[in-house]
Amino acid sequence: MNDESTLRAGEKPSVYVSAVEGRTPTNIAPSVTEAGASASSRTAVAELVSNSLASRCLGTGAAVAALALPLVSSSTYVIQIAVDALIFVMLAVGLNIVVGYCGLLDLGYAAFFAIGAYTSGLLSTRFGWPLVATVPVVVIAAIIAGLLIGGPTLRLRSDYLAIVTLGFGEIIRITANNLDFTGGPNGLYGIPDFGDFGLRADIALYWITAVVVIAAVLFSSRLGRGRIGRAWRFVREDEDAAEAMGIHTYRVKFAAYIAGAVFGGIAGVLFAAHQTAISPPSFNFLWSALILMAVVLGGMASTPGVVVGALMISLLPELLRGAENWRYLIFGLLLIVVMVFRPQGLLPAHPGEPRRRGRRAREGTS
Amino acid sequence: MSKLLLDVRGMAVSFGGVRAVDGLTFSVHEGEVLSVIGPNGAGKTSAFNCITGFYKPSAGSVSFDGTDITGKRPAVIAASGIARTFQNLRLFGDLTVLDNVRAGMHVRIRQNFLDAMLHTPRYRRGEDTAADEAHAWLDFVGMEYDRTAQIRNLPYGEQRRVEIARALARRPRMLLLDEPAAGLNHGEKEQLLGLMRRIAALGIAVVLIEHDMGLVMEVSERIVVLSYGKEIAEGTPAAIRSNPAVIEAYLGVEDEEPHAEAERIASETGSRGTAGVES
Repeated sequence: MNDESTLRAGEKPSVYVSAVEGRTPTNIAPSVTEAGASASSRTAVAELVSNSLASRCLGTGAAVAALALPLVSSSTYVIQIAVDALIFVMLAVGLNIVVGYCGLLDLGYAAFFAIGAYTSGLLSTRFGWPLVATVPVVVIAAIIAGLLIGGPTLRLRSDYLAIVTLGFGEIIRITANNLDFTGGPNGLYGIPDFGDFGLRADIALYWITAVVVIAAVLFSSRLGRGRIGRAWRFVREDEDAAEAMGIHTYRVKFAAYIAGAVFGGIAGVLFAAHQTAISPPSFNFLWSALILMAVVLGGMASTPGVVVGALMISLLPELLRGAENWRYLIFGLLLIVVMVFRPQGLLPAHPGEPRRRGRRAREGTS
Repeated sequence: MSKLLLDVRGMAVSFGGVRAVDGLTFSVHEGEVLSVIGPNGAGKTSAFNCITGFYKPSAGSVSFDGTDITGKRPAVIAASGIARTFQNLRLFGDLTVLDNVRAGMHVRIRQNFLDAMLHTPRYRRGEDTAADEAHAWLDFVGMEYDRTAQIRNLPYGEQRRVEIARALARRPRMLLLDEPAAGLNHGEKEQLLGLMRRIAALGIAVVLIEHDMGLVMEVSERIVVLSYGKEIAEGTPAAIRSNPAVIEAYLGVEDEEPHAEAERIASETGSRGTAGVES
């Protein structure tokens, strides 16, 4: 990589860009409607700025609401359900990186969730590690698992990838079911939590979960907007065109897969702490399917959408508890109705430009 | 003559029994505008795909700026300074115009996961610079529509422009344009001609596959003619226009008429034999 062609902040404009900027009005191909076009693009920019402002407030508001929940209602039931929902949100934003941003259909995402929960559970129950200390190991385990599965499978496209990841998800679950080391069908129990910090234990765990999940949502959203996030979308839209732009599509897909694995793994730690006992059925295919459903229902590649989708999937069955045995039927019908009327998801991703800080907003082209 | 940039020697690729490219040899020099023409199925796009790494040539070699790039990955070849457009637009349909152009800058933006997650100053500066450059390239190609719109909603001609802007944002030393005028109206073709001249003026070599002969004759310094995967002629537009082998390839030789016509034209313009007919 030669320095000259490296785009770095504060560099002098290259010869190309100076040539571009030194253009005269006559050599711009369509000299028509410049004023009109720039005016309309300015209103579009203003609109986008207000939109992103709104969503920024929305994000902050949601985070504050999540953190304040125990102050509003501290019943054990509410806290229990809320922790479940938050963990589900984390899984959904993690899978959103793989499926939403990068377009890789992963039907075995619960595998990473299981790897996180089991790694953390094993280290804490068998070796007496404090739960926090297991997190770095979980991250490494998730990365290794991502490399092992991603290595051979990411060369495959669409359908094939879905089948292989589906198989992988089952392999992990069945392995855990058959090893003595992982407790077999009984699983692991007596997993400690992170400590109570002088609070009621479940509320302490709630706040820890909330902080981790809020950070996860923020980071996944930011990753999606940065350089790697754009590369993920390029790969999703057209792999060959991305490759022709110098993007190593295989590495980019790997990055998405591993980022998703890490999110899933950390969610697994939270799950282990929350449940205190884990067993193979906790990580069956239904989980992978439900997480995927949250992503699709909310709106692929849209962070607010995916969060809302995850909250719906995890909370609706609880809210429908009054309907007793009918609740899963109603739940299923509601999902069908949403997908019929909002096939793009509840809050679909809308393309736009990020707000620019400080520096001049783009003026007209004159 | 200026420095040799692209050197293709004896390149071949087959699909089943069809030799799409059959021992093709040609070269591109720095900053020149070269057209590759030939009847449908002559192997022009296949040749492009071999050069840019989308097909692996079964024989021959491709070197760019003195480095052998035969059979390398498309991403590696692109990073070495070759950008291309596609015969059927290959844009990132769901993304904005600006994001499409940013794809070309991807390899030059320095930013890691942490920069993106924490929005470090480096992230902000890099993103701002990239946005400025994307706007500059869109100005350059004359794309004046809403640049924050999804590209799929733009008129076809504008999409063509954006695809060229995206390739230019790669800051290539050589740009391969695969039928850039296809589907454009007369006015848009005029603008494309101007754009290609401005690209050449930046010192970027332009290799053009095109069926619009008016455009080809107007813009090219040299023309390479393919037929059945082989080069049948190479030379200046004037020489190619009157080359009997070229006329034969385009019109066929079933009856005497076209051939006789070709010879008549050739003898009239007196340029017969100057076109450097090969193989």
